[in-house]
Amino acid sequence: MNRRRFFGFLQKEFRHIFRDRRTMLILFGMPIVQILLFGFAITNEIKNVNVAVLDMAHDDVSRDITNRILSSEYFHLYQNLHSEKEIEAAFKSGKVKEVIVFENNLAKNIYSKNIGNIQLIGDATDPNTANTIVAYTRAILLNYQQELNKGSKPPAIIQTEVRMWFNEELKGVYLFVPGVMTIIMMLVSAMMTSISLAREKETGTLEALMVSPLKSWQVILGKVIPYLVLSFSITLLTLGLSMFVFHVPIRGNIFLLLGEVLLFVITALSFGILISSIAPNQMAAMLISMMGLMLPTIILSGYIFPIDNMPVPLQVISNIIPARWFISMLRDIMLKGAGWSVVWKDTCVLAFMAVVFLFLASRRFKMKLR
Amino acid sequence: MKLTGENIIEVENLVKRFGSFTAVDNISFQVRKGEVFGFLGANGAGKTTAIKMLIGLWSPTSGKANVAGFNLFTEAEQIRKNIGYMAQRFSLYEDLTVIENIQFYGGIYGLRKNILKERAEELISELGMESFRKELIKNIPLGWKQKLALSVAMIHKPKIVFLDEPTSGVDPITRRQFWDLIYNAAEKGTTVFVTTHYMDESEYCDRVSIMVDGRIEALDTPVQLKKQFNAESMDEVFLKLARPTEVSSKQ
Amino acid sequence: MRTILVIIRKEFLQIFRNRAMLPQIIMMPLIQLLILSNAATFEIRHLNMHVIDQDQSQASRQLIGKFKASNYFELSDFSFDEKHADEDIMQGKDRCILMIPKGFEHDLMKEQHTKLLLNINAIDGAAAGVINTYALSIIQNFNQQIDAQWINQQQFDQQKILNTPYSFWYNPYMNYKTFMVPGLIVMLLTMVGMFMSAQNIVREKEIGTIEQINVTPIKKAHFIIGKQVPFLIIGLVQLTIGLLVARWVFSIHILGSIPLIYLFATVYLITLLGFGLLISTMVDTQQQAMFLAWFFMVIFILMSGLFTPIEAMPQWAQNITKFNPIAYFVAVMRMVVLKGSTIKDILPQLTAISIGGLVMCSLATLRYRKRDG
Repeated sequence: MNRRRFFGFLQKEFRHIFRDRRTMLILFGMPIVQILLFGFAITNEIKNVNVAVLDMAHDDVSRDITNRILSSEYFHLYQNLHSEKEIEAAFKSGKVKEVIVFENNLAKNIYSKNIGNIQLIGDATDPNTANTIVAYTRAILLNYQQELNKGSKPPAIIQTEVRMWFNEELKGVYLFVPGVMTIIMMLVSAMMTSISLAREKETGTLEALMVSPLKSWQVILGKVIPYLVLSFSITLLTLGLSMFVFHVPIRGNIFLLLGEVLLFVITALSFGILISSIAPNQMAAMLISMMGLMLPTIILSGYIFPIDNMPVPLQVISNIIPARWFISMLRDIMLKGAGWSVVWKDTCVLAFMAVVFLFLASRRFKMKLR
Repeated sequence: MKLTGENIIEVENLVKRFGSFTAVDNISFQVRKGEVFGFLGANGAGKTTAIKMLIGLWSPTSGKANVAGFNLFTEAEQIRKNIGYMAQRFSLYEDLTVIENIQFYGGIYGLRKNILKERAEELISELGMESFRKELIKNIPLGWKQKLALSVAMIHKPKIVFLDEPTSGVDPITRRQFWDLIYNAAEKGTTVFVTTHYMDESEYCDRVSIMVDGRIEALDTPVQLKKQFNAESMDEVFLKLARPTEVSSKQ
Repeated sequence: MRTILVIIRKEFLQIFRNRAMLPQIIMMPLIQLLILSNAATFEIRHLNMHVIDQDQSQASRQLIGKFKASNYFELSDFSFDEKHADEDIMQGKDRCILMIPKGFEHDLMKEQHTKLLLNINAIDGAAAGVINTYALSIIQNFNQQIDAQWINQQQFDQQKILNTPYSFWYNPYMNYKTFMVPGLIVMLLTMVGMFMSAQNIVREKEIGTIEQINVTPIKKAHFIIGKQVPFLIIGLVQLTIGLLVARWVFSIHILGSIPLIYLFATVYLITLLGFGLLISTMVDTQQQAMFLAWFFMVIFILMSGLFTPIEAMPQWAQNITKFNPIAYFVAVMRMVVLKGSTIKDILPQLTAISIGGLVMCSLATLRYRKRDG
């Protein structure tokens, strides 16, 4: 009897959610747009950086080097400067990231004194980019230097063979796609659930259900299962997009991957339930999910910023963020082809979190009812 | 349709459709200056839709209407200056105090500071709400809220005040007090347009129109209506009007 | 005009009455700023490197010493066994493996040609590129040093050298926080402003008070302005707090003009709030408002150049950022605060954001209907 009642209730919840076309459109449209946009656009690869050249030499060597630098895909000549005074203005306009200064009589110095000076100035407001650009420029110059010495007999050569693991072409997408997927799942699972449950609390419908013959865990389950189905299908969608549009490989076992996805959805949903048990209304639920959930998820999960670069206290904090474990698992399974022996620890952590969230939420709800 | 200066609301063949559903079906009526005009009907008969068109919240699908001497289609802003409205759903800010609500609504009607101050004091003492002055709306009883909402709807002394089921959910004593406020306003020359589904309240109105399924089925003074339908009370009048359509809708 | 003041007063009353709100508005951004500035770093330093030294020679130890001395690498593990190293990369413990094969020194001395192997975990492609550059330049350096020793022994020809001194302007210590903090301030005041404005009008719709306002003769523009001003003031207060924190906690000296920052912030906030209110007029529930606001917010923030450089994006994506208000403000904050750019330098951004503001406010006013269809 009770079971039939429960399924009736579940059916009603499904209808309720899937009937709201606008929200459905947002829920399915958003991940697609975001994963496409970010998959293509979010990258910290450095390309086409605007540089300015202050050429005081105007000789074959300076022209040669300029051409060499500009022919690489990293640099783009934004302007030619004519005096040192113009350097400051070039940086202040915000367009130029590096200025390359060739000294007077560069060629002459090289051929007569065996040494030539080329000064590099980076706009270090963005230290990372500046560092990388300067390093790239120096690499090109080093290369040129070796060619200058071609005729002479090189004393010794150390040849370094470099292998890029997991991502030979150094594609930015590989890093970001698992992160984008996680963020989207977090949004759909945790935020949607918390807001919709808080809404029912606000309007009093949740109370009405709680006094119905259905057990309270059945009520919560009935509310959550549609979101579980929703989240899972949206994840499959994003997974498909990343495979077929961005050619992100799935090197590990796909069933292991799907299992972990399901686990993460459950953890996120549990967290959503916990939020809704704490928040008095939609507005609060939203603020908590926003400030307490989205931002840490974006910042502390290793999605954009590598965790091992952070100060130790933040590394410790990052351990309590579910997304951190999930993103690392996704990367392990999808990109590294890792198996259960690598991800079992992360799996246990996520499962443990889900249990804790549910336990806390159920205690809060029970307290309320008394 | 007779157009005399005496009529403050004139409605001709007004229609409102939502998709294929006709909520208000070709209604015509006039309201005289200074009268208490009752707009009766069951839930879903189209009362709220009609009132929302007259106060310029919803656009009519077709028809003609003048409110307070202005054309509903072209002079909505002029109409808004001359009317007050109290919604079915409670519309004061719960997280503001009594006096703050009064000041806010008075302010957006453009009342000058000194006038507003005067009116606010007048209003509070008339309602006997001195002790609630600085109380948040959410902390005062529903009856008081409703009376306050009515007074706030008339803070700018409008020519017409529209009340959409103002007494629903209120106890009988407060309802009585509420009608006192309505009479008070009418005495001062304000036209009152009130919808209700309490039939006994219709006895208090000068004239009453009864809406059934989007159409006005009867319009007259309560006394005349009772006579016309050979009924003891307005309740009976209403039942006699409503029953045939109930039957027809079942067929 | 007076009606605008009436609305402003009411919004402020409501904001201040909500006890939970104020800490959210002031404290949250503050805490976030302190945490985020520490977390949001791409600084590539102290990278864990696994060394397999199968040669165990003087040359190999010299080379390892070079890596040790650099700031970039942390030599976390040593082993003789590739399998062990591979596992460490698999589990994400190490970023790269330097493998010095047996006979490294011998080949170098006798054959003038020797080999090294560098394995890099390239899931973070950009970081891998940087690691590669760093490692190669250290190896190169080692190579030159050995060459120099030999040249001194007069056995080989004189080499031509290109000397490349470099300097970093505006942030000589390469402090990543200096770079991130101005941008993070923008993000934080944006988030609060956007969400509060997006849920504002629809909230009145949900509780029903909007009808009561719509039957008054209030002008639509007055209504929108009255709704914007309180959030504008809150935004400017947040900006002030942010700049003070930047100055006192992060020791960032503002090189440019402070009034210029406030001028730009005002125009920016008007644009942003206009957009938030536009969302609010278009939706039916607060929930929908939140989703839409969140959707745009994430796109705006991630495509603003705040975390990843705009120049790195493909051209079409860069074109999209021309419609991203956050991108303008982040750029302007960095320019004015860190480089001391003047109004002449930021004129393009100021023009763009002003146009944006005008468009957003007009749209919000038009979309706000006192009468439904």
